[in-house]
Amino acid sequence: MSAEAELSAVLQRDAVTPLRLSLPWRRLGDAALPWLLPAALLALWFVGAGQGWISPQVLPPPEFVAETLRDLATSGDLWLHVSTSFARVGVGFAIGTLLGLLLGTAMGRVEAYLLPSFNALVQIPVLAWLPFVLLIVGIGEPLKYILIAKAALVPVALNTLQGFRQTPQSLREVGEVYGYSRRQQVLEIVLPHAVPTLFTGVRLGFTKAWLSLVVVELVASSEGLGYLIVYGRQLFQLDLVMAAVVIVGAIGWAIDRLLERLENTLHRHRPGGAAR
Amino acid sequence: MSGPASLSRDAAELAAVQPLRPVDRSRWRGLVLPAVAIALWALLSWLDVVNSALLVSPQKVFATAADQILSGRLWRALGASLAREATGFLIGTASGLVLGALLGLWPLFDRIVGPSFNTFKQISLFAWIPLISVWFGLGDVAKVVFLSLAALVPVVVNTCDGIRTVPPALLEVARVYGFTRWQTLAQVVLPAALPAIFTGVYLALIYSWLATIGAEYLLVAGKGIGNTLIEGSEHFQMDLVIFGMFVIGLVGWLMNASARALERRLARWTGRA
Repeated sequence: MSAEAELSAVLQRDAVTPLRLSLPWRRLGDAALPWLLPAALLALWFVGAGQGWISPQVLPPPEFVAETLRDLATSGDLWLHVSTSFARVGVGFAIGTLLGLLLGTAMGRVEAYLLPSFNALVQIPVLAWLPFVLLIVGIGEPLKYILIAKAALVPVALNTLQGFRQTPQSLREVGEVYGYSRRQQVLEIVLPHAVPTLFTGVRLGFTKAWLSLVVVELVASSEGLGYLIVYGRQLFQLDLVMAAVVIVGAIGWAIDRLLERLENTLHRHRPGGAAR
Repeated sequence: MSGPASLSRDAAELAAVQPLRPVDRSRWRGLVLPAVAIALWALLSWLDVVNSALLVSPQKVFATAADQILSGRLWRALGASLAREATGFLIGTASGLVLGALLGLWPLFDRIVGPSFNTFKQISLFAWIPLISVWFGLGDVAKVVFLSLAALVPVVVNTCDGIRTVPPALLEVARVYGFTRWQTLAQVVLPAALPAIFTGVYLALIYSWLATIGAEYLLVAGKGIGNTLIEGSEHFQMDLVIFGMFVIGLVGWLMNASARALERRLARWTGRA
């Protein structure tokens, strides 16, 4: 029995026995439950907007938002913003990941020299770096690349350091017994063992990069998804704001899922079959 | 669920920042790089090779720092920021504890609210700011709402996870001893879930600090340490920008360090209990 089931069993011991429904009905009910709250909120939104309880200036009716989404998608505006944002994340994330891998590897060697400074710099959030970088490189694309790269770099570097550090002693000993050279040790033992952790870092790095993209575009840009949000806000077009938020959320979610799936595959193929 | 996993990894990431081995004897090594960097910086600005108003000298930064500290401007800005952060943190954490406990203890509630919450959490926090600014204005109310949201998410996730992952063996013991539901909750579930709950609160503290800076950036109105940074940036005062960054980093570090110290103490206390 899982902990969860056990716990609910204990906690529900003296709760009222639920209505006994036949199995198909129960299944249907179980499947429907998660949709209850969104459906209720959506209904409330529909009715509220229809009855004029809330001014459309403050909360536009859902059909407005849907329409705006459709307009964005068909007019091609959306693709312009999405591709701009993707290009920024792509470049920033690639640079950040590469530097993070290098830095993480380097830190394994000279940890005592590098890690304290790295830690100190990590304490400063992306938004605090923004004015600094802004003054140096201006408001153009490099600003976005640098900040997104910085956001991706931190988790990648830390996980790289961690990944190389956690090679089990037993595996190292096996390598020694077989008389592996240093190169072989690294290529055949340390690296394969570190890969899943490295990938976790890369995935986290992407999440951070995507978040920073939105932040950076909110503060300083003239196109892109974050800009779309600001633009809608400035024109008081909340339907545009909401549509953009939905798109940002959906893209972030989809890519995160994709990376998660990749990560799970990697973990399953971990040498020695050691499950995490 | 990707969210909670990435949150707990966030916690792991924060923890991983600590070196594994005690580095007491080699602590001076950590100071080499900053010392070299500062020396280089001082040298460059003294030699005046980079002809740019942006390369301010270390002395200038120190002068600005002294001015900000002595004139009281730093304390006003920092005080405003911290007061806001504390309010948002408290509201967010309190509601997060309630919501997390409900999700963890009440399966029906979890089935109804859980999926919606997980979807909500996927949306980048900062994307809410434009909506919040329309609904709550640009003042302190909007900022506190935003900070509460920032603090709420990690607390909910970790509280609910902590409660769900109470070892079944413990629950079995409670059942064997014929504990009542209340006793089980107070004496078994709560102590077992406490470390996870603490992780959530700790993350909430960090997140709400980041969100404080974000809120001051994106909901520009009023005073705060974020506004100091913006001011520096707008007036091309690199010294003020560097000083502001330093203060923000220092406050974050202090929060991190004190939460970690508290966590160690808590761990020892629950270990003894």
